[in-house]
Amino acid sequence: MTGQICSLDQWLQLADKNGSAVQLEPGQEPTALAGYLDQLALVVINFPVFTDGRGFSYARNLREQGYHGELRAGGHFIRDQLTYLRRCGFNAFQMADEADLESALASLADFTEFYQAAEDQPLPLFRRRQQPAH
Amino acid sequence: MYVYDQYDQQIIDERVAQFRDQTARFLAGKISAAEFLPLRLQNGLYVQRQAPMLRIAVPYGLMNSRQLRKLAEISRVYDKGYAHISTRQNVQLNWPMLAEVPDILAELATVQMHAIQTSGNCVRNTTTDQFAGVACDELEDPRPYCEIIRQWSTLHPEFAFLPRKFKIAVCGSTQDRAAIHHHDIGLELLGNAQGEIGLKVLVGGGLGRTPAIGSVICEWLDKKHMLTYLEAILRVYNKHGRRDNKFKARIKILVKAMGVDAFRAAVEQEWLALKDGPTTLTDEELMRARSFFDSPDYQVMDGDHAAAELQGACSRDAIFGNWVKRNTQAHRVPGYRIVTISLKATGYAPGDVTAEQLELLAELADQYSFSEIRSTHQQNLVLGDVQMSQLYDLWQRLQTAGLATPNIGYLTDIICCPGGDYCSLANAKSLPVAEAIQARFDDLDYVYDLGPLELNISGCMNACGHHHIGHIGILGVDKKGQEYYQVCLGGSQAKDASIGSILGPSFKQEDMPDVIDNLLSTYVTLREEEETFLDTYRRVGIEALQGARVCPGSLRMGVSSTTAGYPWIQTTQRR
Repeated sequence: MTGQICSLDQWLQLADKNGSAVQLEPGQEPTALAGYLDQLALVVINFPVFTDGRGFSYARNLREQGYHGELRAGGHFIRDQLTYLRRCGFNAFQMADEADLESALASLADFTEFYQAAEDQPLPLFRRRQQPAH
Repeated sequence: MYVYDQYDQQIIDERVAQFRDQTARFLAGKISAAEFLPLRLQNGLYVQRQAPMLRIAVPYGLMNSRQLRKLAEISRVYDKGYAHISTRQNVQLNWPMLAEVPDILAELATVQMHAIQTSGNCVRNTTTDQFAGVACDELEDPRPYCEIIRQWSTLHPEFAFLPRKFKIAVCGSTQDRAAIHHHDIGLELLGNAQGEIGLKVLVGGGLGRTPAIGSVICEWLDKKHMLTYLEAILRVYNKHGRRDNKFKARIKILVKAMGVDAFRAAVEQEWLALKDGPTTLTDEELMRARSFFDSPDYQVMDGDHAAAELQGACSRDAIFGNWVKRNTQAHRVPGYRIVTISLKATGYAPGDVTAEQLELLAELADQYSFSEIRSTHQQNLVLGDVQMSQLYDLWQRLQTAGLATPNIGYLTDIICCPGGDYCSLANAKSLPVAEAIQARFDDLDYVYDLGPLELNISGCMNACGHHHIGHIGILGVDKKGQEYYQVCLGGSQAKDASIGSILGPSFKQEDMPDVIDNLLSTYVTLREEEETFLDTYRRVGIEALQGARVCPGSLRMGVSSTTAGYPWIQTTQRR
């Protein structure tokens, strides 16, 4: 059952989930995947509209629960969200509009420092701050 | 106050560059208006009736004189020479040009200011007591916690696209001056049985279309868990808050729908993965945050002597004495007073302040108050640390700039949103109503006789003017294209929080001064001894005041003398 991305309903029916891929929609919490995180090859979190931010929390839930595989953002997110998506644990991005992919990727470099702990930086700034040399 | 280090500065500078790029792409047609909308909102930029409006963050209402001067300069160069203090302690510019906003942000960054998350469906500016650090009834200074929350919430990757805006307030004193019961999350610093100070956590309070008083979801939380617990609450909200109807999207609706116990259980469940993780606050970080709010270099003074001198000055000049009585408050350090500067002079929009006034205030802050100034959610400004012996000089200089209106906490100290004159959401104008009421009640003795009175005006249901929690609230409504005004009574933003009840039908704009006049005359006839308007309302109920709508008259009772003694100047002990 490789190569095909299942909807959550389809995926739940799968007898063999090894190497499987599933797409979560807003409203489908990743708790449904519990117990199979080490068998999943790919989780796609879909953003039907870019203003629906549920997927950011789903991604963090999945990473905190120990999912190490590919976590792909799909649908209609925008390039200005790439940094946040990556910080929440996404490591693949399927953009709706691939016309300007190169410049979109530049948005990933918008910030070089962050206050919060997240998937790309496990320590919050307050545990990393160093006083400037005098 | 908090001072940026290289990390804070870098983050703010990178945000300016990011917004510059986003604006350029929008102006070049590479971003649609729909996509640019949340991007600009998260940088405080609204498109309003007349022009864009830029809301500049004033974290927990604290600014220094350098920042005031920069705001004055920006308002002159990029705007029309004035700024507006909002009900979230922020500063708004009403006339900037979209293309120049990145330059404004770059200017702000040079004085450690920004406009991050002053709007949009994200965590907004955290607010607190305008008397934090100087109030006599304070258990602990809330500002270090506000600063920690500011940093945590700034560009938080998970919570930038919430169902709706999200507001947090922190209170550290006996009296609640931060309206924590009316916030999405309210935090109250509180001692436990062991004498340790922790946090009581309220959730689901709010104003807007469905006003609600927050529910306690945690009676006492160790401070080190503050951020992980906030993160758990936000995560439950982000995942489960309604997104199908913007009027039902605030966390208060979710808490009501789930029930507070189920909501608490959901938070505890999310918290399991976060609690004791790296976001748990360290003692070092708490100490670092506190170190920025240590007491300034107060002069050690004989408080009784200073108070006696001040009483003498008040007796010699009754107008000064009255200002001291109305606009200054006890300070925790002997020999000092807290001064509130009224931005509520009749004829000026509540909360507006000109570039010249800002510059004067910067000078006065330097001279009299350790170079700091605070903005209040009542849309006034505060000099927190003024020596009693310098009050007379300060007052004279405020007078010359029209900044000495002695009305703090009284009827004419109106909270008012910009309303239909500026805001594209508004159903009705609010500023002319405020002005007409201020003009009607121009007899200060009568205003004082009415006692402490909070009159709040919002131009629409979004309730930026906090009308639900005014003792008297006025709400602009649209009736078949006509601007009408609803009146509600009995709201309170204090610890005895309540939401006002609507008084009868709505009224025309020109009738509003009469309506308020009649209402207050009725109160004056009904009140007993020292009752405030709110006390009387709570005793007699809305029915007894209902008659006010139809009962004409301007019955004015005896007035109190403004030149009576000054027993209210009291000294306090240093903590």
